[in-house]
Amino acid sequence: MRELIQKLVETYGPSGAEEQIRDVIRADVEPLADEIRVDPLGSLVVRKQGGEGKRIALAAHMDEIGVMATYVDEKGFARLTRIGGVRSLTCVGARVAFADGTIGVIGVEEKREDLTKLPTFEQLYLDVGATSRDDCPIQVGDPAVFVRPFVAQGGRLISKAMDDRIGCVVLIETLRRLKSTPHDLYFVFSVQEEVGLRGARTSAYGIDPDMAIAVDVTGTGDKPESRPMAVSLGKGPAVKVKDSGMIAHPAVRDLMVQRAKEADIPYQLEILERGSTDAAAMQLVRAGVPAGCLSIPTRYLHTPSEMVDEEDVENSVKLLLEILRKE
Amino acid sequence: MILRQLSDAFGVSGNEDDVRAVVLDAIRDHVDEIKVDALGNVLAFKRGTGRQRLRVMLDAHMDEVGLMVVGYDADGRGFLKVRSVGGIDPRLLPGTLLQVGPERIPGVIGIKPIHLFEEKDKRVLKLEELVLDIGAKDKDEAKELAPPGTYATFATRFRELGPTVTGKAFDDRAGCAVMVELLQGERFRFDLHAAFTVQEEVGLRGARVAAYAIEPDCAFAFEGTIADDIPKDKKDVSPTTELGKGPAITLMDRSFIADRRLVKLLTDTATELDIPYQFKQPGVGGTDAGAIHQTREGVPSVTVSVPCRYIHSPVALLSLDDFNHTVRLMRESLLRLTRRTLQ
Repeated sequence: MRELIQKLVETYGPSGAEEQIRDVIRADVEPLADEIRVDPLGSLVVRKQGGEGKRIALAAHMDEIGVMATYVDEKGFARLTRIGGVRSLTCVGARVAFADGTIGVIGVEEKREDLTKLPTFEQLYLDVGATSRDDCPIQVGDPAVFVRPFVAQGGRLISKAMDDRIGCVVLIETLRRLKSTPHDLYFVFSVQEEVGLRGARTSAYGIDPDMAIAVDVTGTGDKPESRPMAVSLGKGPAVKVKDSGMIAHPAVRDLMVQRAKEADIPYQLEILERGSTDAAAMQLVRAGVPAGCLSIPTRYLHTPSEMVDEEDVENSVKLLLEILRKE
Repeated sequence: MILRQLSDAFGVSGNEDDVRAVVLDAIRDHVDEIKVDALGNVLAFKRGTGRQRLRVMLDAHMDEVGLMVVGYDADGRGFLKVRSVGGIDPRLLPGTLLQVGPERIPGVIGIKPIHLFEEKDKRVLKLEELVLDIGAKDKDEAKELAPPGTYATFATRFRELGPTVTGKAFDDRAGCAVMVELLQGERFRFDLHAAFTVQEEVGLRGARVAAYAIEPDCAFAFEGTIADDIPKDKKDVSPTTELGKGPAITLMDRSFIADRRLVKLLTDTATELDIPYQFKQPGVGGTDAGAIHQTREGVPSVTVSVPCRYIHSPVALLSLDDFNHTVRLMRESLLRLTRRTLQ
């Protein structure tokens, strides 16, 4: 599974430009699919037809946060805007990569009023080593992602795009190991989650499911001086109770807990105060869908070094398999 | 030109009747079906020549920002208390002429004259502190002329300055005018569904239901968008759009990320025909495309705008060259649009 994780987290895919990551995922899942399609906004929908049970949508988002060039000046420097929740704190000195592999370095204006304050996004710029507007290899509207190599150290895995490629890995691995299911399953690798849960909303409309589960990352409260949160790395997948965008349907939540108990899989209950997932969007399509979320505890979310525990990932796959195997 | 009638029409969000009448007159003879839906959107259908099985939605919103009467001054002297409908900068209101209600009663938002200026007046008055004066002698008369809920808009008339024109509500009557011009032209190969929508300025509300009804395969929203190319104290590293540089194509704003295939169609067409275009600075603003692309199973969408200086103010200014280039870019792009564009 480690090779799969490394492959997915190192593939380019900012919100709105998911073609590359979609192609990589597609190659892995196509042999396992009964049906596969790319829907109008670009999400990859993989059907695994088991039986006449429930129609279940499972969503993990392919897109990652990043930056977009907004202006190229006469000296070849670009200005930036955010794609998703990017903070200037993590940008200064960072490297980003464009779709064609062009690397840019993020600099910050030195003539600022108060150098002790965090720069605003408008004070950042991108240097791709160009000398003029004409020889600048990027243009307005080009999106880029952060660059950081994947690291596996001890039982911990570190990458700039665990959110939510690790969810994609859990879905792919589940699909690989799933021998049979009484249900009609739709694995959705969704687009544009980081800019407003946009892909899952429309994909879920198309699927019209009886139940929906998002597989996404969540924060932890186990770091020095963390905000209080009863989720830790290494203590198992988190069953979402509530976040700022949804309250998990109690039946879905209870089902997850029950299956974890039956199979003796460690789990934690999660209440996330800030942030939400595709489940929040899927819950509200059409006449409403009972929805829940299986979360992978992750430290340093939305920084270039998101850290997960390998056991948690393995247990997430196990738990999802337990949920899908039975009636 | 149609932009004159559209700009002069009265149409604050939720009260688009005047604009709708202008639109209906302008397109009636050029489309196959017209429907006004439950929220007040005009949905026009122009049949294709039948060679492309594709449903294409065009969108422009009819409504403009404005004010609504919500009460009267506490002393009963006939002044109107107002609130904004959509985003209005209160710095622009003192000294502004308005037209109030269906009878278009003239009104003015006044402040005390400079002769009485004191240090404490050196600040922007909030909308809550301002009153709209229609010359009513007391509260009863004010209430009769402008009952609560009465709309008001800027009393600006459309003018041609030469290569540029000025008027109110270019956001989004410029987009409506582009769409009228497209509908008045020849048929396309695919079925065209044009939505002149309501209530964009208060939350993209009309477009949401219009797109649900139309169920398009792809959508183009037309806007009059921000051109903030006026001189600034700090060097501008990122003007939103600039006047005279052609239609502005949105790549990403707060409401949506444009479909790359549709953007490519537009830029390829512009390059082929040597039509100028610019990209709107990514990140800012939001348009009906934000609601449309989230409809049903999702709709690949893009927004194309005529750059307008001073939108959401009493008077906006646009370049007729930009306007004409927008119409031409759209017409030519739609002629090149096929199912394959979306594959």
